[in-house]
Amino acid sequence: MDWLNSILQGVLVGGLYAMFAAGLSLIFGVMRLVNIAHGDLVVMAAYLALVVTQALGMGPLASLLIIAPLMAVIGYGLQRWLLNRTLGDDLLPPLLVTFGLSVIIQNGLLEIFSPDSRKLQAGAIETATIPITPDLSIGVLPLVQFLVAVAMIGALQALFYRTAWGRAFRATSDDQSTVQLVGVDNRHVFGLAMGLSLAVISVAGVFLAVRSNFDPSMGPARLIFGFEAVIIGGLGNLWGTLAGGVVLGVAQAIGAKIDPGWQLLAGHLAFLIVLAVRPEGFFPKVQA
Amino acid sequence: MRDLLTVSRLDAFYGDFQALFDVSLRIGDGEVVAIVGSNGAGKSTLLKSIAGQIATRRDAISFDGEAIGGERANLLLKRGISLVPEGRRLFPSLSVEENLQIGGEHGRKGPWTLARVYDLFPVLAERRNQRSTSLSGGQQQMVAIGRALMSNPRLLLCDEISLGLAPIIVREIYARLPQITGDGMSLVIVEQDIVQALAASGRVYCLQEGRVTLEGDSQSVSREMLAAAYFGV
Repeated sequence: MDWLNSILQGVLVGGLYAMFAAGLSLIFGVMRLVNIAHGDLVVMAAYLALVVTQALGMGPLASLLIIAPLMAVIGYGLQRWLLNRTLGDDLLPPLLVTFGLSVIIQNGLLEIFSPDSRKLQAGAIETATIPITPDLSIGVLPLVQFLVAVAMIGALQALFYRTAWGRAFRATSDDQSTVQLVGVDNRHVFGLAMGLSLAVISVAGVFLAVRSNFDPSMGPARLIFGFEAVIIGGLGNLWGTLAGGVVLGVAQAIGAKIDPGWQLLAGHLAFLIVLAVRPEGFFPKVQA
Repeated sequence: MRDLLTVSRLDAFYGDFQALFDVSLRIGDGEVVAIVGSNGAGKSTLLKSIAGQIATRRDAISFDGEAIGGERANLLLKRGISLVPEGRRLFPSLSVEENLQIGGEHGRKGPWTLARVYDLFPVLAERRNQRSTSLSGGQQQMVAIGRALMSNPRLLLCDEISLGLAPIIVREIYARLPQITGDGMSLVIVEQDIVQALAASGRVYCLQEGRVTLEGDSQSVSREMLAAAYFGV
């Protein structure tokens, strides 16, 4: 039963990893941009949530009503005024610029908030559990986090495949020159994609901050988790990203169960095995 | 006939390579004009310049009386200039219907709708939910033309629509052109197939090595004149 419990917790944490991964996968899919600052933006969203909850006395989840739109606007601006200038045939400039961004965000947060670790308080929901059997229960917060991840990926999937925005995203991803011939401004579409990615990031950041302590230096590790979930799931497939997050979460949980020191190692090993055995991931994008 | 588009003294470059030299031409409102010439004569470059895919001098191109040279393609589409690009360039991630829909989302309002495109090319209606890449070359060309029509252009630019297609399919597509221009749309056809291009157009320009070498009435231009302009002999 102990094992089952660990695996279940791993599955639920996988939802959080899927949120890290979804934002990453989205911008890579639309504009082939690898955002090295992704994890730091997650942490930045957590700090924004800290400020908003303290200043306005809101709960962490309610603060998303302010933070998600705010991050979306920041994302759009970042893309239009900075990252669009780095895009071209060469993959290196966007990598270097987002790496620089990562350093700037980490040090900016350090300067403003100090290296002390913080946590968001969500109240009674944090300790609430749903008993399944006498030995097994599910935490309400991890469950909410997982369901939000599923809902978010479902919503992104619907946006991509059922709406005019989604058509513009996919067409821009296919051919950013021809898409201008049908009246789509690719620079604007890139801005929208980054805005959407940062809105997704803000949800991930708030759940991260409620679940555990956070400090300015923990962004790069979240980036790695996101990357691993994307690759395990298969590039360009949102539901695969969820599966990738779950695989990573479960591997970490099993590792931690064997020896607490093995938690992260087990996740990376699972990633390595997938990369060696099935480098295209479990659910690669279907090619036409 | 009032001029819808005028190109005056246009030079165009790919990097250091100059593809067009001092090209001037005009397209009247509602006119069908053919542009012919051999490979590398600059026909596609000319269309790309007009459609905003190649940077040009602002005053080198004017549309409906306004200088538009070098404006972005997505803005030119809103003005009513639509290009059917060489090689069709459909969006492989989108279904046939989605390719058509995205064509209509940012253009002008007008008579062209999904229903009317399906009316023009009934075979596309049967294949609306298929991936555009699963279609035959001729059907893909129909999608490309339909996609451009969905924006209700005032000027439709068609780049080599017969390229790589069987003659019977080419004739079928050309047979639909009168239905397209019936509402007064201006049409530019760039073609290597001279007979087809002359039959479908009112006037013709011939390009050779980036320069206009002939301008004339499509019905009265003689084979000898055309051959001279085409090959420079």
